[in-house]
Amino acid sequence: MTHTAGLSIETISMRFDLPNGTSVQALKDVTLNIKEGEIMSVLGPSGCGKTTLLNIIAGFLAPTEGQIVMNGHKVLGPDAERGMVFQQGALFEWMSVRDNVSFGPRMAGKRERDWAENVDHLLDVVGLRDFKEKSVYELSGGMQQRVALARCLANDPDVILMDEPLGALDALTREKMQSLVLKLWKETGKTIILITHSVEEALLLGERLLVMAPRPGRIHKEYRLPFADLGVDQDLREVKKHADFGVKREEILGMIWDMEEEIMGRAEAAS
Amino acid sequence: MIVFVIYAIIFVASFFIVKFAVQSATTDYTSLKTVTFGDESAVTPNRIASVISVLTIFLLWGAFTGSKLVPGFLHAPGPFIGDATFTYTAEAGGQQDDATVTVRVFPVGEEVAAPEVDPGDGWAKNDADTIGAWRSGLIRVDRNDELGRDEGHTVVAVNGTPISPGVSVETDFGRVGMSPKGTLNFTPAKGWQMEPIWLPPPESVVARMGEIANEGYRDSTLWEHLGYSLFRVIVGFFFGALVGIPLGYAMGLSNWFRGWFDPIVEFMRPVPPLALIPLVIIWAGIGEVGKIILLFLAALWIMAIAARAGVSGVAISKVHAAYSLGASKFQIMRHVIVPNSLPEIFTGARVAMGVCWGTVVAAELVAAEKGAGMMIMVASKFQLTDIVIMGIILIGIIGFGIDILMRMAEKALVPWKGKI
Ligand SMILES: Nc1ncnc2c1ncn2[C@@H]1O[C@H](COP(=O)(O)OP(=O)(O)O)[C@@H](O)[C@H]1O
Ligand SMILES: [Mg+2]
Repeated sequence: MTHTAGLSIETISMRFDLPNGTSVQALKDVTLNIKEGEIMSVLGPSGCGKTTLLNIIAGFLAPTEGQIVMNGHKVLGPDAERGMVFQQGALFEWMSVRDNVSFGPRMAGKRERDWAENVDHLLDVVGLRDFKEKSVYELSGGMQQRVALARCLANDPDVILMDEPLGALDALTREKMQSLVLKLWKETGKTIILITHSVEEALLLGERLLVMAPRPGRIHKEYRLPFADLGVDQDLREVKKHADFGVKREEILGMIWDMEEEIMGRAEAAS
Repeated sequence: MIVFVIYAIIFVASFFIVKFAVQSATTDYTSLKTVTFGDESAVTPNRIASVISVLTIFLLWGAFTGSKLVPGFLHAPGPFIGDATFTYTAEAGGQQDDATVTVRVFPVGEEVAAPEVDPGDGWAKNDADTIGAWRSGLIRVDRNDELGRDEGHTVVAVNGTPISPGVSVETDFGRVGMSPKGTLNFTPAKGWQMEPIWLPPPESVVARMGEIANEGYRDSTLWEHLGYSLFRVIVGFFFGALVGIPLGYAMGLSNWFRGWFDPIVEFMRPVPPLALIPLVIIWAGIGEVGKIILLFLAALWIMAIAARAGVSGVAISKVHAAYSLGASKFQIMRHVIVPNSLPEIFTGARVAMGVCWGTVVAAELVAAEKGAGMMIMVASKFQLTDIVIMGIILIGIIGFGIDILMRMAEKALVPWKGKI
């Protein structure tokens, strides 16, 4: 197999052995290739292994089988080439906004004059220039997530992994953040993998959309969608009016409903 | 008992008075709430109540000690002072006779002479004597009588009320009792005020403080006593933190350290530092080293546990974020784990300082040559209640001051505490 730029997930399986002797098959034979610059969203009922998959890609977890290969080398642990944006609470409260955003370059030992301009630019892009000396705990949830995005971008990773980054935001802020993510994707050309609970968000932010199924966690279905490209220069509300958008939404919602129902059914049968 | 009743009355009365007086003047957010009972956020300390509370304590203190700082009409009835009189009826050789006893009751500390009295007629003569307020004394009424004990002199009544050994008679000026041998004793009415050796009035505590601040007590000035106590606390705490915090970090970061020190820390944590005092005295004596070792031990476990909790409390997402931003282990320690643990460490430091302050005072009570605890312990042996009370108040103020300083330091150094 030849490895070019991009990320390949090669027959990953993940089994958690629990202290009580049983084990959970969180992922089973997940294989996936992600091209450089792609934006992919991942959907699935909770517990289907989305976070586990992302943590394996990030290098926080070692899979029980299979491997992740990035730009031709095997992933062995976390690295600055794979940035992560968490749902909440991953900012450093003891630092100002600017210190948070410049964390990566500073840890790499770069001098301030080498990163200051880029950090200011990113703070501009996420609309937080006036808040750069503020403490992060003084910011709203939406602003905090913008800091987290800027912090990730300031480190210039090749891949950005996001685990429900907008999950804790209110609907209006969330919509603005979705536009921002698309804008940043187009501007920076980063590879983005984004986990979400919202079908609409997955449709809007995924060139590719992966639906995962639980027990064991696996890829259930994959879509290629035009909406992310459309959303780059269109209002997201216009994008949602597309006939195809509604059709896809109903189809995927139905699919996830069925999975959830099956989980419930199994739970009932078990009890 | 009566004090608590008065206290309760002041509590209730001031509540209604202040409520009535203030109610009309305030319209804040809380007053707009229709439901306040059970709404925790609607409960804030009423500052007026706090002020009245403190004033009430001083008022009661003053009133029940006859303080000059409290207007006389507020004083609780004091002990009887002046000339008390009662009559006794004596029987000797089959004859009865009456005579009067005049007792001059004087404030303890003054020199007084017994009042001059006319012996009166009959074979039982009038007597005079002196007794200090709050004291009691035997009165040998038979001594000047013409018929003495040899003639079978016995007192049979006081103020016309029959009396016998073990029985006592209440008079307007106090209680007259009789000893098993038949001697009268007189206890002047004590009133409701406290005797200075039990509770001195506030002004004499203040005066004593001025005296000790200037002249010292037991070869050291007040500031030296307090300074020694504080010095021990600070040094003990400093070393406790110096060892405890790295130990806590190691326990939070390494399985081996956690396993090794868990039994020690978990065992030592519930041992009150006071229980270590005897052992520390055996090992290190009552000097500075012993005290500092004790306080070191008091602070050590608290700080170790706080640091361990601070490390364990770091959100894994913060550590993961730092790793994927390219930070090394050392950088994660320095920029994530240590700052993240500071709020816990400050909480621990506050607790540790409080415990150390309590422990040092207790240790000084047991044995010390200098220090706040030693000062009040020695004073108590000589019934110098004013020094004891002054010491307790100063110890309380310093403990409170330490806590305030720690809170201010916390606010300045970990402003994010409790914010996320
Ligand atoms: N550290 C772990 N130990 C044991 N089981 C785990 C662990 N992490 C995840 N799991 C299990 O793996 C499955 C997938 O979890 P997760 O990846 O968090 O799902 P999702 O993010 O899709 O909700 C779940 O059944 C969860 O209980
Ligand atoms: Mg998840």
